[in-house]
Amino acid sequence: MNGPDATHSSGTRMVDAAQITPLAPARLSYRDAVRAGLRDALRADPRVFLMGEDVGRYGGSYAVSAGLLEEFGAQRIRDTPLSESAFVGAGIGAALGGLRPIVEIMTVNFSLLALDQIMNNAATYSHMSGGQLHVPLVIRLATGAGRQLAAQHSHSLEGWYAHIPGLRIAVPATIDDARFMLAAALACPDPVLLFEHAALYNAEGDLTPGLTAVDLERAAIRRPGRDATLITYGGSLAKSLVAAERLAGEGIDVEVIDLRSLRPLDEETILASVRRTRRAIIVDEGWRSGSLAAEVATRIVEHAFYDLDAPVARVCTVEVPIPYAKHLEEAALPSPERIVAEVRRSVGREGAG
Amino acid sequence: MNAPSEATVTREHGLALLREMLRIRAFEDRCYQLYGEMKIRGFLHLCNGEEAVAVGAMRALGPDDAIVSTYREHGHAIARGLPMNAVMAELYGKQSGCSRGRGGSMHLFDVARRFFGGNAIVAGGLPVAVGLGLAQTLRREPGITACFFGDGAVAEGEFHESLNLAALWRLPVLFLCENNLYAMGSALDRTEAETDIAAKARGYRIDAAAVDGMDAFAVEAAVGDAAAAIRGGAGPALLELRTYRFRAHSMFDPQRYRDKAEVEAWQQKGPLITLTTRLKTKGLMTEDDYQRLDREAAAEVDAAVAFAEAAPWEPIADLERFVYAEPAA
Ligand SMILES: Cc1ncc(C[n+]2csc(CCOP(=O)(O)OP(=O)(O)O)c2C)c(N)n1
Ligand SMILES: [Mg+2]
Repeated sequence: MNGPDATHSSGTRMVDAAQITPLAPARLSYRDAVRAGLRDALRADPRVFLMGEDVGRYGGSYAVSAGLLEEFGAQRIRDTPLSESAFVGAGIGAALGGLRPIVEIMTVNFSLLALDQIMNNAATYSHMSGGQLHVPLVIRLATGAGRQLAAQHSHSLEGWYAHIPGLRIAVPATIDDARFMLAAALACPDPVLLFEHAALYNAEGDLTPGLTAVDLERAAIRRPGRDATLITYGGSLAKSLVAAERLAGEGIDVEVIDLRSLRPLDEETILASVRRTRRAIIVDEGWRSGSLAAEVATRIVEHAFYDLDAPVARVCTVEVPIPYAKHLEEAALPSPERIVAEVRRSVGREGAG
Repeated sequence: MNAPSEATVTREHGLALLREMLRIRAFEDRCYQLYGEMKIRGFLHLCNGEEAVAVGAMRALGPDDAIVSTYREHGHAIARGLPMNAVMAELYGKQSGCSRGRGGSMHLFDVARRFFGGNAIVAGGLPVAVGLGLAQTLRREPGITACFFGDGAVAEGEFHESLNLAALWRLPVLFLCENNLYAMGSALDRTEAETDIAAKARGYRIDAAAVDGMDAFAVEAAVGDAAAAIRGGAGPALLELRTYRFRAHSMFDPQRYRDKAEVEAWQQKGPLITLTTRLKTKGLMTEDDYQRLDREAAAEVDAAVAFAEAAPWEPIADLERFVYAEPAA
């Protein structure tokens, strides 16, 4: 790798529009969008490098980094042994040492082997050193269930990570965010975890024309509506939009908020929406107890209690380790059907449909 | 111990090994096909090429011994004596599966046979094996614990921590490293500064040896000797079983990291060829014997598929069962 480039030492440099890879055709997959973001980052800043298990030769276990080794070489696309704690910790050290590492952990399930490094080092150095140290590290991880991978490969633990002060947790759910969130994360001086739902990699969509950057903090209203607010993120966004479409057919006009960032939470957008619709239903693939959904619900109750016309509701994963069998896994996860039912209950139209 | 020298190999012994390996091979080939038919889903890691490790090791272990395995464990399970019907039903996600359809290919369990499961976290089983060994020691039980893991697991901290703990406490644990040279797309020599796995174990004062994992007799003998030493109080041991997986890592692997010639070269050294050549050369087996065992294996797999097809689904109402121990009925 080239030495750190003095002109980039602020650590807040954004990828400028001129350097963004021209994308033809405009329609692309989530996987390709993430890869385009990686390529931009590697081109834009010589301090950036990618490391993780099978990211190089193999092209990434979800084929996200395919072709990057050939383009950027083995110094910057680094295959690691199966040593999650060591290479995540090394990412922290490299960040302290002036680089801008992007560490890929194959899935959130394996991040547990590196949890000590993430929680006790990455999340604490800034505060614990009295502000002397910063850890500008980006960790990308696949998350989520839905592919019959059973109880050790299907967890959605991003809500857990959102518990930890010192970390920023962002969840790209759209092609735009898959494409541009990485640049925002790299521009941030703090450790950022980017959770990519594994079921999204094959999803296709169009980039918003002219878009060149996204932020890392604000929630987005993906569908405006008047009667109730669905608050969701990641792999549950598409399910929520499907549910909203169905409900529209019944005359129930649902607003859908994509949180995008789980830490910090964009309270302002959530509360403004709930104050308008007066009903909130949270959809979260995490388990219900002690969950991100619980946090969102609590904030609504704390700040908008008197604006509510119905109790806050939640659609979460049933509290079991995810089972292998398809019918059991499907029954465990949030589905458009469960979301529709919960919204109907909230608006007092239980018998509808 | 039960290491048969060239002179003492018997027809009966040889055919028993062959029979078990053919059962596993037929099972795995059928799984491959069933995946294409979408009968089996999720991640599927087949062990074609590694049958001699499973069969040799399980023949050398007894019913008191505990087994801890990985996600590439169909062969271990079948060689251990899990009924093929229950394993196939598990891959179908059915109630009659050995984990009631909740585990799937990566999580086969059978406590009655002391088969403590496939584990889908690389190296996740090693500390558990240490604990099973601790229980065997403190309860003065006769069994030992055999723990399978891949070459990729050697890079994890859990490997090193477990070896040290087992050695420090002299626990009856036999570490069985199936070295098939790759962890997904990562060749061992691209991920390990020291590729001699036995040497690493010796660094923890653990007796260790490398064994030809394509030779079922050699595996059986080495595991038998190591197990006997452990039972005698020698403390843990490690065997590096040198083998090769003939198929892709899982069903989603384009195998760009190795060339066909390498795979073909290993196929020529495969466990079935190695054993049949040896038995035939010695006049202990005929082609008819092979065909008969192969047919029997195919028939058993057919029956297992029929069983799995007919088996009931777990009711959705039971989704939340087994998260905690259920009160005895
Ligand atoms: C802790 C952890 N990291 C990563 C993975 C993803 N993964 C599954 S299998 C595998 C390769 C393991 O190779 P090896 O131990 O040699 O076993 P083999 O597949 O060759 O039998 C990897 C990286 C995982 N399951 N667990
Ligand atoms: Mg291997």
